[in-house]
Amino acid sequence: MTQCFLEGNEAIARGAVAAGCRFFAGYPITPATSIYQQMLQLLPPSGGVCMQGEDEIASIGFCLGASMAGLKAMTATSGPGISLYSEQISFAIGGEIPLVVVDVQRLGPSTGSATKGADGDIQFLRWGNSGGMPVIVLAPVDVRDCYLLTMQAFNLAERYRCPVFIASNKEIGMIRENIDLDDLIGPALEDRKLCPADHPGSPFTPLPGENVPLFLPLGGERLSRQTSSTHGEDGYITTDPAVIEAGILRMQEKLLSAVGDFTFYEYDGAANDSILLLVYGVTSRAAKTAVRELRQSGSKVALLILKTLYPVPEECIRRHLQGKTKVVVIEMNLGQYVREIERLAGDTPVSFYGRMNGELINPKIIVEKVRS
Amino acid sequence: MTSLLNRQRPPVFCPGCAHEVVVRGLDQTLQTLELSGNQVAIVSDIGCSGLFDTFFNTHAFHGLHGRALTYATGIKMARPELKVIVIMGDGGLGIGGAHVLSSCRRNLDITLLILNNFNYGMTGGQCSATTPTTGQTSSGFLNELEAPLDICRVAVAAGAPYVDRTMATGKALVDSLVQAIRYPGFSLIDIWGLCPGRYSKRNRISLAQMEEEIHNRGLAGGPVAVNEREEYSAHYHRLARSAPAASMPMVAAKICDAPIGARSDVLLLGSAGQFINTVGEILCLAGMSGGLHVSQKNDYPITVLRGHSIAEVVLDREPIDYTGIGSPAVVLCVAAEGVARRKKMFSTLPEEALVVKDSKLSLPETRAKVIDIDFSEMKIRASEQALAALAVVAREGILLNYEMLAAGLSLRYKGKMFEEALAVAERICGR
Repeated sequence: MTQCFLEGNEAIARGAVAAGCRFFAGYPITPATSIYQQMLQLLPPSGGVCMQGEDEIASIGFCLGASMAGLKAMTATSGPGISLYSEQISFAIGGEIPLVVVDVQRLGPSTGSATKGADGDIQFLRWGNSGGMPVIVLAPVDVRDCYLLTMQAFNLAERYRCPVFIASNKEIGMIRENIDLDDLIGPALEDRKLCPADHPGSPFTPLPGENVPLFLPLGGERLSRQTSSTHGEDGYITTDPAVIEAGILRMQEKLLSAVGDFTFYEYDGAANDSILLLVYGVTSRAAKTAVRELRQSGSKVALLILKTLYPVPEECIRRHLQGKTKVVVIEMNLGQYVREIERLAGDTPVSFYGRMNGELINPKIIVEKVRS
Repeated sequence: MTSLLNRQRPPVFCPGCAHEVVVRGLDQTLQTLELSGNQVAIVSDIGCSGLFDTFFNTHAFHGLHGRALTYATGIKMARPELKVIVIMGDGGLGIGGAHVLSSCRRNLDITLLILNNFNYGMTGGQCSATTPTTGQTSSGFLNELEAPLDICRVAVAAGAPYVDRTMATGKALVDSLVQAIRYPGFSLIDIWGLCPGRYSKRNRISLAQMEEEIHNRGLAGGPVAVNEREEYSAHYHRLARSAPAASMPMVAAKICDAPIGARSDVLLLGSAGQFINTVGEILCLAGMSGGLHVSQKNDYPITVLRGHSIAEVVLDREPIDYTGIGSPAVVLCVAAEGVARRKKMFSTLPEEALVVKDSKLSLPETRAKVIDIDFSEMKIRASEQALAALAVVAREGILLNYEMLAAGLSLRYKGKMFEEALAVAERICGR
């Protein structure tokens, strides 16, 4: 057992490097700045590149260029920066560019409160791209998750050639806690599948039966193309509706059909539990305390903590809804993810409690909401 | 060398468009430089110039309007051996102005070709950042209101080490491109040309007039001596090689069993300069030395040299779930600023809670046990008071003992700072 004292943001940076990140670009913004500061400590001495862009648009643009040139890349910001990233995120989706994007959420709207936590960007991360294509959003609960989910995020970005969001929160990113280093056993590292030399593939051609194009690095031996315009497998603009549709559906399918392979969650419940308490992010921590108290007073409550938010892990959620007579969703916003639960819950009543005042939702409130 | 033009995709510009001349000129340039397609990345912007990458058999990257330089920067940093050529119009110049300025300042070895035809051709001839105030555009009178941008003057002011201006048509183009691409740093060429589809339909302007205007502007194209310096990528890697290796996370091993039963929340209330965050960290490291789980959050204003500074620490034998501070077991008060931020909390403290405070501070009403320390009498400086207050808690045997505190100090401080901090702890604890 090797206990160390680590900040959530530092854990994200260290997890990124452990996952093979070689390029980071960011623009300082509270409460995400310490990810950038940490990457600046970690990358240059080991031959990696860490840059400070002139703004968020530039920072993510640097990452898109570096990723297409073959490097694993990450950027980190908060809500105001995600707003500026939006057009580049759409590009990363449509251009199938692997990238990890960390959003250490702060209280919005707009400039909001730089040092107050919130989970107000959840639907924004999902829908903040033009075209409304699916994305992957992972939500850490604590410092350990920051490390391990960042490693998972890199693997997913590489495997599916897409941007992967880490929906952190000031209350996770800027807390320091003890974690057991020996407990940080990450997944085996994955790299984007390169187009083999004997394969005639063009920049957006998957292998037969697969949904993810083989990668041709920009600057490699063979010529590669990248474009933000609607394109065919050859990377040139196309106006052919059949080609357009095939590409769009393939990009949708590569994530929606695979979410079962990356559904990260914790479930704590018994066969005869009648209430499902569903949470994610830092609120999960208060929910754990609340569930202990509720059970002591005889409540049959089960706890589902989702760490994969998007694509919505519908199979997992439906499975845990079975046999429940009531669902309670608690979020640090005015009700965002609860929409996904409502559409899956069928006849099971869903109650919601959310708050946006910069404070953590405490276990006492959760106990009250589950009891009421 | 052979042409790198993509025979399957010939240029598709309007008859007489300057862009097509530049396509041919760039091809000649790449041949002159004896570059093969896989040694070159063409990064194109949006608009008619955004079609450029499709005409060449090179690596190609076509992205968002105004952001071409951002991708080029990432590509070049990842692949320094590539020749990276960015093509944008005067539209991209306007919308991506911050990236142009930053690229001038950065001096990464990229060549930027601005295909300047004084209007937004693709969207219908609206005014751009370079449209003369006398020009006729589809933006009505709006271009009369804004001064046109002379990007060469701006680039020189912004630190670009290589700036040139030339006509798209004419013999000078290929030589200008060759020199700019050869230059080992950021190079920018403002290439003037006609937009027959939009601009020259509405404006009587001849190539001779444009040439004369370029001549009148008097730019001596080429390296800008005052701005020449080490190229960014080489400079970055030179400095990065000598950067100190990153430190490992701080590890704290258990040395004894902490004197706590249940979860204990602790508040440190002070002001800037009192090392509140550091003392919170020392408490956490001490807690870990006592085998505890710990968490710490800090609260301070953006003016780090003034105002309140607060640390919230949780210590528990079990893993910590909720990280908010409920009813603190211990409150350390060393400055009025911190106390003022949490004044409502004092009335909620139970009798068994402990408050350690500077005897000069007045607190709101509380039922908690209060220990007063006369810091000025003891000649303990403001910067040492939070640590001294923590040492009082250790002396009382609540939360932590002296061994844990000393372990926390030894993990956080080294050398003289450790000795000074330990001396404060020893004094308070009577060691």
